[in-house]
Amino acid sequence: MPDGMLRRSFLGRGAAAAATLALAGCTGIADAPWAVSLLGEVENLTRRAQRLFAGGHALAPEFAKADIAPVFRPNGTLNPGTNDYAIHMSQNFANWVIPVEGLVETPLKLTLADIRKFPARTQITRHDCVEGWSCIGQWTGAPLAHILALAKPKPEARYVVFYCADPMGAGDVDSQGNPIPAPFYYESLDLLEATHPQTILAYELNGQTLPVEHGAPIRLRAERQLGYKMAKYVQRIGLVDSFARIGGGKGGYWEDQGYQWYAGI
Amino acid sequence: MAETSEPLPQGNLGDGLVDRLRAALRLKPRKPTYLFYRHSIPVRALHWINAICLAVMLMTGLQIFNAHPALYWGTSSDFDHPILSMTAQGTSDNFRGVTQIGSWSFDTDGVFGASDTDGVKTVRGFPAWATIPSASPNLALGRLWHFAFAWLLVINGLAYAAYAFWSGHFRRELLPKKSDLAGIPHEIVSHARLQFPRGEAARHYNALQKLSYFIVIFVLGPLIVLTGLTMSPTMDSAFPFLPWVFGGRQSARTIHFLMAFSFLGFFIVHMAALIASAPLNGLRSMITGWFAIEKETKDA
Repeated sequence: MPDGMLRRSFLGRGAAAAATLALAGCTGIADAPWAVSLLGEVENLTRRAQRLFAGGHALAPEFAKADIAPVFRPNGTLNPGTNDYAIHMSQNFANWVIPVEGLVETPLKLTLADIRKFPARTQITRHDCVEGWSCIGQWTGAPLAHILALAKPKPEARYVVFYCADPMGAGDVDSQGNPIPAPFYYESLDLLEATHPQTILAYELNGQTLPVEHGAPIRLRAERQLGYKMAKYVQRIGLVDSFARIGGGKGGYWEDQGYQWYAGI
Repeated sequence: MAETSEPLPQGNLGDGLVDRLRAALRLKPRKPTYLFYRHSIPVRALHWINAICLAVMLMTGLQIFNAHPALYWGTSSDFDHPILSMTAQGTSDNFRGVTQIGSWSFDTDGVFGASDTDGVKTVRGFPAWATIPSASPNLALGRLWHFAFAWLLVINGLAYAAYAFWSGHFRRELLPKKSDLAGIPHEIVSHARLQFPRGEAARHYNALQKLSYFIVIFVLGPLIVLTGLTMSPTMDSAFPFLPWVFGGRQSARTIHFLMAFSFLGFFIVHMAALIASAPLNGLRSMITGWFAIEKETKDA
């Protein structure tokens, strides 16, 4: 091998090695547990600061019918794909019952007919995905504040947890080879966000019955939050004082994967 | 300007050694210099914190951008008509990175749209060397770092603004004077020729410097913060005028991206000017505060 080529390949390899080291260093710090937990504390600062300005009831901007996107992009689970869900689909969700339970004085079991009988709110809002895109749609549903008022949260209740019908992924196998079922999607809001006037259990999108890819028969809308907070296929609602013992303990499926629980930004 | 009566410290770096080397190489002896205390401690500390913050903000921002590497105008995303997009075209085992700007399309394989992550070709907007963390997608960590350093950047920026106004730094050194504005055409020509002010003139920022710092501090800085806040749905509920001012959340995201690259452009010019003028002297002044000024001699 001529000298020049040898030197070039050596320099090339050296540069590549240096670059790899630098990148490894960056990634090493970027996902180091101490850095993640330190920076994670900032989330509380962000939440407090945003609440200082937005308070409990500042409304997300609403739009005109003309602003509605021709196609509202579905994201996340497009069909839960379970046998149970398929049966509900075939029955047009006639037997879909949502219990409201946990730290409440009056546990409820809500059928779709019950929810549709509650005073409805229709809002044309901007949906903001954590990925960065936005889409405008018109949602109709029952304000969660109304439902919570019926259930009467106990004084110690702090969060509303939404348990969903869609399993995430294909599941896993433990060390003995026994299948571990995939976790189901879940999400949570604190009572302030849960009782916000625009937080609704939606059953219509753009004047039509909520389609399967958008979370039929019931999905949450929390208009001051990012899309992943707005649980689809809501099957059960629980009031809790802490989500430490639910799922991965972070208050939601994506939170368990490292996303922030407070998704106002 | 007359020499002050007080003895000023000698400003040439590497006294003795450099002078002997220059003599040995038969180079012209260096002009005598004196040291001028150019940057106060607050300015230097805030400058370096700012530099770290901007680097982290840019690289974590590109990681966040990679989650949806496309830009739009207006409130919502018109997915079929992005202003800019970085995508991959081809089959799952044979694809190339493509960047589209409006209706123009460029092959940017290896840099934008598709590039190697740990030796494996990946579909990703910006390449591994430009993002924190380097692996992509890693939106959750990108956001965690971006929002933490955003606080640091804003606190640092406000501290700088408070100091600049309170100390007179802004009025004395940054506010362009009428004479500065008149001198701009001349300075564009001299900068293009890589001729930089020497001697006493180097004690002050020239008009182009003042103008660029002014734009960074009063245009880029506020715009990037406000467009960043506009992307937050909760902030839009608190301040509905924010998305209105910027023409919608997606417009704000696009402006945010443009401002980030304006900051990068400023950084590149900042580095080029430093290297082309007096790199060691300039770097020393931002670390120790002292900047060497050539003494003006009568025969010069």
